[in-house]
Amino acid sequence: MKYTLAVLVENQPGVLSKVSGLFSRRGFNIDSLAVGVTEDPTISRMTIVVNGDEYILEQVEKQLNKVIPVIKVKNLNESGDFISCELALIKVSCNQKQRFEVMKIAELMFAKIVDVSVSSLTIQCADSPDRIETLITLLRPFGIKEIVRTGTIAVEKGANITAVNKK
Amino acid sequence: MVSGAEIMVKCLEKEGVTIAFGYPGAAICPFYDILYQSKIEHVLVREEQNAAHMASGYARSCGKPGVCIATSGPGATNLITGLATAYMDSVPIIAITGQVDSELLGRDVFQEADITGACESFTKHSYLVKNTADLPRVFKEAFHIASTGRPGPVLIDVPFDIQKNEIPDFVYPEKAEIIGYKPRVEGHPIQIKKAVEAIANAKRPLICCGGGVVLAGAREEMIAFAQHSGIPIVSTMMGLGVIPMDSSLYLGMIGSHGHKNANRAMHEADLVILCGARVGDRAIAAPEQVAEKATVIHIDIDPAEIGKNMPVNIPIVGDIKKVLRVLAEKISEKQTPQEWIDDVLRWKSEYVLRGEPQENSVEPRLFIRDLSSLMDENAILVADVGQNQIWAANNFNVKEGRFLTSGGLGTMGYSLPAALGAKLAKPHRQVVAVCGDGSFQMCMCELGTLCQNDIDIKLIVMVNNRLGMVREVQDRLYGERHAATLLDGSPNVVKIAEAYGLDTAVATSNKQAKELAAKMLAQKKPFVLACLVDPDAPTI
Repeated sequence: MKYTLAVLVENQPGVLSKVSGLFSRRGFNIDSLAVGVTEDPTISRMTIVVNGDEYILEQVEKQLNKVIPVIKVKNLNESGDFISCELALIKVSCNQKQRFEVMKIAELMFAKIVDVSVSSLTIQCADSPDRIETLITLLRPFGIKEIVRTGTIAVEKGANITAVNKK
Repeated sequence: MVSGAEIMVKCLEKEGVTIAFGYPGAAICPFYDILYQSKIEHVLVREEQNAAHMASGYARSCGKPGVCIATSGPGATNLITGLATAYMDSVPIIAITGQVDSELLGRDVFQEADITGACESFTKHSYLVKNTADLPRVFKEAFHIASTGRPGPVLIDVPFDIQKNEIPDFVYPEKAEIIGYKPRVEGHPIQIKKAVEAIANAKRPLICCGGGVVLAGAREEMIAFAQHSGIPIVSTMMGLGVIPMDSSLYLGMIGSHGHKNANRAMHEADLVILCGARVGDRAIAAPEQVAEKATVIHIDIDPAEIGKNMPVNIPIVGDIKKVLRVLAEKISEKQTPQEWIDDVLRWKSEYVLRGEPQENSVEPRLFIRDLSSLMDENAILVADVGQNQIWAANNFNVKEGRFLTSGGLGTMGYSLPAALGAKLAKPHRQVVAVCGDGSFQMCMCELGTLCQNDIDIKLIVMVNNRLGMVREVQDRLYGERHAATLLDGSPNVVKIAEAYGLDTAVATSNKQAKELAAKMLAQKKPFVLACLVDPDAPTI
C-alpha cells in the first residue's frame, strides 16, 4: 500500500539529510520525496510517498516525529481525499515523420511541448503519477531518451490544510 | 565584546556544569583556553571514546547531562562509539567538538571530518554552528533536548572561527523554544482507564521494569506500584536495581542470559506491563509469542518504542513517574490472584544460583555474590561487556545503589571510564568496575586518567586469556573452532597497574578473592584486583 505523508519541517540546513537518512537506516522504502518552502519561509514541506504496510507506516510517522526539526507529520490517506500531482519532463526521440504523432499524444494527455529539435521532443507534464505513467507508456515506442520527475506533491481537498499550530 | 569560546563556557556555567571530560586539539583550542580559566573542572582522558563513556557514567549517576569534548577530525570520530553507546541507553550527554574554519568546511583539510553527518544516527540531535551569535540558543536547546523526554546525546560542532569571532554581548535564553519538540508527559486518560481495567481482569499479570524507569527517576513510584498491586516483577538488564532484589515478588532478570524463572513468568503471563523497556532481542527474544498469550500494556515516553518490537494492546505515552502514580491510585490493592503468585514464587524457589567455590581459580559467579555481600548498600557497580557483564548482572545484588553497563550497544571497554565518571558524580559512594581481560585492554589507558585525578575506584579484572563469551558461542555453534578468541600475548594486568603506581593483587581461589576484595574495599585508594578465572567457566 502507498501512503502519502505531508511533513512540515523547520527550514534549516541538514533537515533533508536527517529525514532521508532515517528512511535508509530503518529500512523504509520511499517511492518519492519532494521538498519546498511553504507560505511561511521558516517552514518547508516535504511530501513523502511511502510503500509499506500499516506497521511500517506507524513506524515512519513515529520516527519522523522524533526528528527534532520535524514539526508535523500528517498521513493524507487518513485525513480524507487529497490531490497529488507530479511534474515530469520527458525527452523523446522523434524524427520529422513522427513529430506530429508525438504531439497528438501530448495533446491527448494535456501535456505541453516545451522543446523541439531535429531528432527530439521534450514534453512537460504536470499530472497525477498514474497519468504520467500512462503518458510514458504511450511515448515508449518512440524511444525515451530521458525522464526527469519531481516526485509527488499533495494537498488535501476542500478547505482542510496542513499547518503548524502556533500558540 | 565576547568571543564564541567565552560564550560556550558561559553557557556551560549557566547550565550548572561543574565538570567536563575531554581531549584537546588545535581546532578546539580557543574553547580550551577559556575553559582553563573557568571554574569548570576538566578531566583529561587518554582517548576520546572514553570521554563520552565518562560523561555517560557521570550522567547516569547524578542525573545531569555529562559533558565531553573533543577536537575536530579524529578526535571527533573517536567519540562516535561513546555517543552511540549513550544513545542506545538513552543517556543525556552534551558532546562539544572543534571543527575546522567554517570557510574551509568541505575541502577535506587537515583534521576535518563531517562529524554531524557521521553522528546523525547516534545522536538525539546535532548542531553545526555557523554563526557565533547562535551559540547561546544552540547550547540552551542542546541541554533541553538531551535531558528531557527520552534523554540522549546531543552533539555541538563548533568551527574554529566561530569560537574566535566576537559579538557585542552574551545573553542566555531563559527557555528553549523548539516548535517540533514537545515530549508528552501525561498518559492519555482513555489508555489509563483501559490499563486499569486490564489489570483488574488479569489472572496472571506481570510487570517488566526497564531502563526507562531508572531514567525517569521513578524508582519509588515503581516500588509503590508493585507493592500496592501485588503484581510480580521481572527486570531487563537496564532496569536492574529499581526493585530491591530481595523483594519477595521480584523474579529476576529476563532475557537470553537472564533467570529461567523470570522468562517463564513472561511466557505464562496473561498481562504484561512493559515499563520503559524497549523489547530488545536480548531481553525478549520472541515478543510475538509473549504477545500471543498476553495483553500488553506498554508505558514509554518515546512513542516510537511502543509497537516497534512487540504488538501492544494498550499504549501509554508519558512520563513513567506520572503514569505509575496515576495507575497506583486507580487500581485496587493486592488484587493479583494467589494462584499466580504461588506459581511464580514456586518457579523462583526452584531457580538456583550456580557456581561452586574453586581452589585453583576464581569461580566468577560465586565471587560476584561474595563481592556483592561486601559492598556498601549504595555502591555503584559498573560491568563491562562479555561474560563479566552477565556474571555481574546475574549475581550482583543491587540494594540502594546502581548497576551500570552498556546494555544496548554492548560496548567493550565501557566499565573503567564509566566508573571514573560515576565516582566523580558521587564521590562519597563506593564505585567498583568489573571487566574481563579483553575489555580491560580496550580501556586500560584510562588508568592514566585515574591516576592523574586520583579517582578512588576499584577495578576487578577477570583474567582468562579469552574473549570468553564469543569463545562459548564458538564451542556451541562453530565446532569448538576458537577463531580469534584467544588473547595470547596479553600483558600481566597487575604489572600494568603497578606501572601506574596502583595497589594491586591477584586472586587464584574464591577464598582468596573474597579476602582481597574485602581488603580492597576497606582502603580509601584505587585498587586493581586480577581474578584468574577458568577459561571454561560458563556464562550463565
